Amino acid sequence: MSKNHNTIVLLVDDDLDDRLFFQESFEEIKIDTTVHLLKDGKELMDHLEDPSHKLPDIIFLDLNMPILSGMDCLVKIRKNILWKDIAVAIYSTSSSETDVENSFINGANIYIKKPNNFDQLRKILSEVIMINWQYQTSGLNRDNFILNIK
Amino acid sequence: MSNVVLREQFSILHIPFAFISASEVLIIDPIPNNVLPTLLTSLKKYGIELLENQKSINLQKIKDTIIDLVNLEDNLPTTKISTFLAEKLNLSYTSISNIFSELTHTNIEYFIILQRIEKAKMLILEDNLSFTEIAWKLNYSSLAHFSGQFKKVTGLTPSYFKKIVRKRKTETNNN
Repeated sequence: MSKNHNTIVLLVDDDLDDRLFFQESFEEIKIDTTVHLLKDGKELMDHLEDPSHKLPDIIFLDLNMPILSGMDCLVKIRKNILWKDIAVAIYSTSSSETDVENSFINGANIYIKKPNNFDQLRKILSEVIMINWQYQTSGLNRDNFILNIK
Repeated sequence: MSNVVLREQFSILHIPFAFISASEVLIIDPIPNNVLPTLLTSLKKYGIELLENQKSINLQKIKDTIIDLVNLEDNLPTTKISTFLAEKLNLSYTSISNIFSELTHTNIEYFIILQRIEKAKMLILEDNLSFTEIAWKLNYSSLAHFSGQFKKVTGLTPSYFKKIVRKRKTETNNN
């Protein structure tokens, strides 16, 4: 009778190593997750628009990507009424105040400064998935969901 | 053995069922609320309990009690939260804490902190109280303690949170 809520996660990053690194980190997370890896903003839009895909619970977006940047994707996601409840985590090497602030103002829920070691990444991802899960299951107000991780 | 018991009890109460395997039974229609207690009582005689269900009910009670506690306008209890929960739920704090961790992938202390910070965010956005008053209202010992915990949970200071959420609102209204 247990309710297993499977969390669907998308990662959009143009760097192959980062994608693999990310996927590996998810293997030890306790919450049940399905991870899809996408390589750019265009693939993300196609994925979200395809009605055969279930909408994700959370999207991790790399900020610096060619053509459609992470910020462009974020703005597009927040403008679409069907996608506005998806949690968006900006995942970037930049820790500039402007990037952090603009991400939040454009509707990001989480800003993560990409860590350079594996253990730290695993710890951060586990925390993010857990807190997002709390927002899904405990009736917390999504409008106030803002988290900055350095 | 238990299959025979289940078969018998389900038939008495007219609950449609099917055995999927030797150890799995499928209840075809949702059991009506007025029948469920009878079923649970009869099954209990045979030592059969709906464990998962009972735990989820308890979990919901725990969460509701914490949320109510955080939202109390005034008269915050002077006892420790652990004592308050144990008395209110009539369970030991250890069992409460264990049920919570088992079902939520987190611990009860963190959930309480999260709920208090969530309440703080709402109070900040209502804009009627100063940070010191909010800290006081939520039972923090000092403004520094409140700001520190807010920063630890959200990664932002209370004033930066306020600034960002305001800007975000203006931004959405302009679009």
